[in-house]
Amino acid sequence: MILPYFVIIPLGAAFLIVLISGRRETVAAALSLAAAAALTVLSVYAFVVQSGETLVYSLGGWKIPIGICLVQDALSSFMLVMVSLIALTSLIFSLQYIRHLSSDWKYYALFMTLVAGMNGVIVTGDLFNLFVFMEIALFAAFALVAYGSQAHEFEAAFKYAVMGGISSSLILVAIAVVYGATSSLTMATIARTLTGKDPFLVLWVGGLFMAGFGLKAAAMPFHAWLPDAHSSAPAPISAMLSGVLIKALGIYTLIRIFYNVLGAPALFLQVFLVLGAVSIILGVLLAIGQWDIKRLLAYHSISQIGYILLGMGLNTTLGMAGAVFHLFNHAVFKSLLFYNAGALEMALGTRDLRDMGNVTKQLPVTAHSSMVASLSISGIPPFNGFFSKVLIIVAAVQAGRPLFALLAVVGSLLTLASFMKVQRYGLRGERPAGALIEPIGGGMNAAMAVLALLCLVSSLMIVPGIREWTLDPVVDVIMGKGQYILSVLGK
Amino acid sequence: MTLYVLCFALFLVGLYGILTKRDLVKIILASGIMGYAANLLIVLIGYRRDAVYPILEPGKEAAVMVDPLPQALVLTSIVIELGITALLVALALRLYQKNKTFDISKTRRLAG
Repeated sequence: MILPYFVIIPLGAAFLIVLISGRRETVAAALSLAAAAALTVLSVYAFVVQSGETLVYSLGGWKIPIGICLVQDALSSFMLVMVSLIALTSLIFSLQYIRHLSSDWKYYALFMTLVAGMNGVIVTGDLFNLFVFMEIALFAAFALVAYGSQAHEFEAAFKYAVMGGISSSLILVAIAVVYGATSSLTMATIARTLTGKDPFLVLWVGGLFMAGFGLKAAAMPFHAWLPDAHSSAPAPISAMLSGVLIKALGIYTLIRIFYNVLGAPALFLQVFLVLGAVSIILGVLLAIGQWDIKRLLAYHSISQIGYILLGMGLNTTLGMAGAVFHLFNHAVFKSLLFYNAGALEMALGTRDLRDMGNVTKQLPVTAHSSMVASLSISGIPPFNGFFSKVLIIVAAVQAGRPLFALLAVVGSLLTLASFMKVQRYGLRGERPAGALIEPIGGGMNAAMAVLALLCLVSSLMIVPGIREWTLDPVVDVIMGKGQYILSVLGK
Repeated sequence: MTLYVLCFALFLVGLYGILTKRDLVKIILASGIMGYAANLLIVLIGYRRDAVYPILEPGKEAAVMVDPLPQALVLTSIVIELGITALLVALALRLYQKNKTFDISKTRRLAG
């Protein structure tokens, strides 16, 4: 049974780093790299072998209504692959980047705790357990945002921690209400019991969950903490936060709870649509005005999360396929863009686009991979962003919501405009950049090159033949709604 | 019912404090109050009127018991709360060292 190891490996690595690394950075780095590599191999293996099956593991041998269970279906495996891939590249990128901030084993311990928390949220089948793992991931995230030890980083971490506290309290209240109504914390049992209950209860619980997890996903009215936290963190951590954390804690939990537990109530799907459309447009409008490259990227995260929410709200197979596909693509290209920003910050000593210059000669890998990522996020074929956006837009038209499709297209054009600004001022301007402060090493270049390649390769997921064993099982799990109950409880 | 309403009121007091106060310490206190309200709600949900503690002893008849699970949950969530509060206090202290003030309206560097 490999299921518990997705939590055991990173958590064990975190404790081992603290215990035996002897405060030496190399041991810590080697241990965390080994753990991340093992997780990547395991998750890819699990995704390939599983082929639409659902694995259930009861912790301590306690059967389902009593004990805590871990559940791994296609959706969980898909998310695990995403988290492990980004974590691995992010660690490779960190090796040199973090040394330039401070050489510290604590960073690697916190990083592994972050991964353990996210993996736990993804594999758990128990509502309160999900809450606990979520807090583990958030603790590590708060500490990592403040890692640079400057006043504005502490301020961002404080803001993030307070917002995280509000959303956690809302989620805790929602869990209490659910437990009061169903006397169970296992998600599958809750889903079964809730079907016979008062619809008012679903409304009440759904509203609390929507506010709580919406804050974590940074959908537009709940976004205020994101630009500060994501732009203040060290670049590899920004990549983890923007690339996977808001998806594991926000989007994944929203999908799991609203589709598999609450059975996709129409009112909340409408809320997804509206939140998505508002996030797409306002996020990108706020992004265009930014001159700090990392703040610009952070605002784009809000806008891209909007696309995923829009796809989720359509309640069609095609829309959900688009949302799931965009989830993966956004993790790849947004992490790549944050690596680029980190490399530029390290090499040029600034994050302001106006102070940068043409770096195509000095930093060829950074310049070219950022071009790939910019085209990808703006939705230019043949890169992955194009295919997922097209899926979402076509699905919106098919579902009879042309207005939302139009908003998505407008958002995409504005995204293109703001990334033209990045390329024009930041990387490919006429004025050559000054001498580099620090050279960019092989590890950082390798991380960027791998993700740039993934931007191209992952568009293959849409090709018939490959789509059947990558996207389709995931969409089946989500659109199966109540099927989740049967596959977990087995009756 | 009154208890639930009062509990909800406590939650709103905490939320109000977080949203309106300008002092870091008061924000931390307000976030604590909000956490207490959530914990109180969990305990209330497990509570039964005139029930006994949930332990079966020899020679004692089974009666209506309070639900023991929420009490276990509340212990976990109190520990999490403690961690969050400690982290917030640590961040507030470091902010004070940097800015020499607890007032966030005077130190705000991150806008929009």
